[in-house]
Amino acid sequence: MFGMEFYVDPSRCIGCQACLKACEECETHRGVSMINFDFVDRPETIATAAYVCWHCDNPTCAQVCPADAIKKYDDGIVGSSLKPRCIGCSNCVLACPFGIPKLIPEYEQMMKCDMCYDRTSVGKRPMCATVCPSQALAYVTPETIAATRREKPVNTFWFGEQKITTKVYMMAPAATDSVSIDVADYTWEGEHEVVPQAF
Amino acid sequence: MAKLPLPPAQLAEIYGPHLNYVPVGGWHDEAGSEKLVKTHCCFCGQQCGIQLKVRENHVVGFEPWEEFPFNRGMLCPKGVKRYLQGNHPDRLMQPLMRASDGFRPATWDEALDFTARRLRELQEKYGPDSVAVYGGASLTTEKAYLLGKFARVALGTRHIDYNGRLCMVSAGVAYKTALGVDRAPNPWSDIPKAEVITLIGANIGECAPITTDYVWRARDNGAKLIVADPRFTPIARNADLYLPVRPGTDLALLCGILHVIVRDRLTDDAFIAEHTTGFEKTAASVESWNPRRAAEVSGVAPEAIERAAHWIGESRRSMILHARGLEHQSKGVENCEAVVAIALATGNIGREGAGPVMVTGQGNGQGGREHGQKCDQLPGQRSLTDPAARAHVAGVWGIPPEALPQPGYSAVEIMNAIHSGEIKGLLSMCFNPMVSLPDANFTREALEKLEFFGVCDFFLSETAQHADVVLAGSLQEEEEGVTANAEGRVIHIQEAVTPPGQARRDSDIVCDLARRLGRGEFFPFTEPRQIFEELRLASQGGVADYYGITYEKIDANMGVFWPCPTLDHPGTPRLFEGGRFFHPDGKARFMKLEWRDSGDPVDDEYPIYLTTGRVVSQYLSGTQTRRIGALVDQYPEPKLELHPKLAEQYGIQTGDQVTITSRRSAITLPAMVVRTIRPDTVFIPYHWPGKRSANQLTHRTLDPRSKIPEYKVSACRIEKSGGPA
Repeated sequence: MFGMEFYVDPSRCIGCQACLKACEECETHRGVSMINFDFVDRPETIATAAYVCWHCDNPTCAQVCPADAIKKYDDGIVGSSLKPRCIGCSNCVLACPFGIPKLIPEYEQMMKCDMCYDRTSVGKRPMCATVCPSQALAYVTPETIAATRREKPVNTFWFGEQKITTKVYMMAPAATDSVSIDVADYTWEGEHEVVPQAF
Repeated sequence: MAKLPLPPAQLAEIYGPHLNYVPVGGWHDEAGSEKLVKTHCCFCGQQCGIQLKVRENHVVGFEPWEEFPFNRGMLCPKGVKRYLQGNHPDRLMQPLMRASDGFRPATWDEALDFTARRLRELQEKYGPDSVAVYGGASLTTEKAYLLGKFARVALGTRHIDYNGRLCMVSAGVAYKTALGVDRAPNPWSDIPKAEVITLIGANIGECAPITTDYVWRARDNGAKLIVADPRFTPIARNADLYLPVRPGTDLALLCGILHVIVRDRLTDDAFIAEHTTGFEKTAASVESWNPRRAAEVSGVAPEAIERAAHWIGESRRSMILHARGLEHQSKGVENCEAVVAIALATGNIGREGAGPVMVTGQGNGQGGREHGQKCDQLPGQRSLTDPAARAHVAGVWGIPPEALPQPGYSAVEIMNAIHSGEIKGLLSMCFNPMVSLPDANFTREALEKLEFFGVCDFFLSETAQHADVVLAGSLQEEEEGVTANAEGRVIHIQEAVTPPGQARRDSDIVCDLARRLGRGEFFPFTEPRQIFEELRLASQGGVADYYGITYEKIDANMGVFWPCPTLDHPGTPRLFEGGRFFHPDGKARFMKLEWRDSGDPVDDEYPIYLTTGRVVSQYLSGTQTRRIGALVDQYPEPKLELHPKLAEQYGIQTGDQVTITSRRSAITLPAMVVRTIRPDTVFIPYHWPGKRSANQLTHRTLDPRSKIPEYKVSACRIEKSGGPA
């Protein structure tokens, strides 16, 4: 859709996995979900993160593909592998700094998020961002994001020496303090306990 | 006799739950769909707009409905996968009757004649009140209304109640008592306008996921977020203040907050004087609840209580959202009255971004409780003991008022009366008490004592397995009607497909049964629309007045908020504007807030608090969601959540089998050791039956006024019973 961009805000994610379920309902790849979803560290925190392909300006996956099966289109979208070309070697799976591509053994093919090309090309929003109940995944205009969110969108990532710029934006907190997530730190058992003021 | 006709394992082999993963025609089906039907999700009280894809009378998929204003296309995983309940291998396609070796198919004539005959025989032998009716809050409002009329007019029994009794009735009683009406006062569009949002006992992220975005938008607008819960639930991740309240002690926390509000003169005295009565009762109740005492009981630090009170009291736009955590207690009504008192005392009600808000949980939890399947209410939220209300409804129904039975037992009391032998026959629609009622062994014993048990459902639930006759009913998408979402917005459910096989629409089954009971003249309905037209009249002039609502008006306006007394009335999205409340004097009531201990207190033998709740991928007793593969995979079995401190004390690690014992029973579940729960508390989600049922452990103590069971507080002990299974 013209003028829309994709924004990922893990701090909004509630781990419901509606995105995962909805992705596999997408017409072009029904039954296979392209969403990457993590429980960050469930024993320690409820934090979860759902994300899509970041659609790099200079995609590592395409660079390392020996079969030239991964194409970046004029609008900046990096497609899933082209079925007639993909040899299932997994180079892209190993090379992507974000860990996005998946080899689908059933199809002997790498598949990944193509930003719902079938939907966005006909004026619909991507399935995941449409259903996401926390709008951790959002597909809106930059003006809307600037007007409605506290966090700021960034699209530059460093992986060691490798600088990556992407089409998809990450919402980054304005200021980050360390916060404790252990409930025991907040419970009150009497005056001998020190109550941290993290919140 | 309502014992199981076959062992559970054999019944499960035949009737499921089996897992449906793949849509009709398979994942690679290219036939597409013939039409998109704009309707609503069948699950929770958010009632999200959704478009169902239909082909050849099958629901084959979904498409988000972005124009519907409540959810704007958003859905949770249950909504995304809800279409897979259609065309399901477990679907009941014809009536079943109990046989010596299980269930056998029956004709409708046979099944309905048998049901009518047995109900009448029991009533003739034991009296009219010896049979009871159970309804459900997933039913459309038309079905709920019809069932209430059926019980009172066709059967003539006092005893009808519904599974909404297990939902938000404590809030209902509190709001009715304090404000004169049982409805959330604010539309959800108010939430992003609030400056301070307090979520107490409300696991929004998992149980009302669409509300998350409303809360996050408020935060982005600069609102502060306070979350009170024994667990650090997903919505707490962005809380500005987290209050780890001990299970069952919310009232202490709320009284502590009220104490500070009164002590520090954070009250809106002009509002209190002009629009309320009884403030002195509440003020006297909270006088002794200084933050120190409130902290000792609730386990929330005194400083945190002070801070919460000041944030709320100093704001002119404070909203307090509450759900089952407050309501599922033996003092659930007082808890909710305390929330309302905070709103009233600070003048935070009846305005944009200000109000106490109950987050109704069940699909038609709001609409299903307004029109007559509650044991004490008639259509329009009218009282069954009010002579004027009785006369009005009896007039619409064409019966003398004295023919209307008096109020009967609530849901748990009905089960108690079955157990004691007072009630001999039960007809149940859309209710799975074997999973959802507390103390599951007691429920099983009770069902085994029934002389007749008829069930109307679309899958053979764990409860239906006990039935003598099972009437194959309809899914939500198989019958037109209305529901009211958590906001009180009345919305239109479409008939996307017709029931498969010989299954029938629920309302047709009820009307047919009424005819066979000789009362057909009162049930002439052939279409849900006719039921709705009668309901409009029956509700007219009541608190929940639907007279001005029509199907067409709902479609044109994306829902209509009740009360809506006339056809040209726009509906009422926000209640109490200008401080006008629904009591005859127009004033709200402050109530006395009295502390009581839980009905199942911890002691040396049972030293740990047990609390129960939901996970995002399952819905209530799981009759539907335990049959959808993708939802089961997300959280396949119940786990015992406990804190590392508690786990260490008992030598438990994640994955270990742990036996949890309460004063009722014991079950064994795998452990999940997490820092996101109080160290004195364990948590079990309740969606599963049998040996994995959290409700084997819970107790039957009820709130004396709302009759809600105390699911959120039980006492237990734990021991490691083995390594990973």
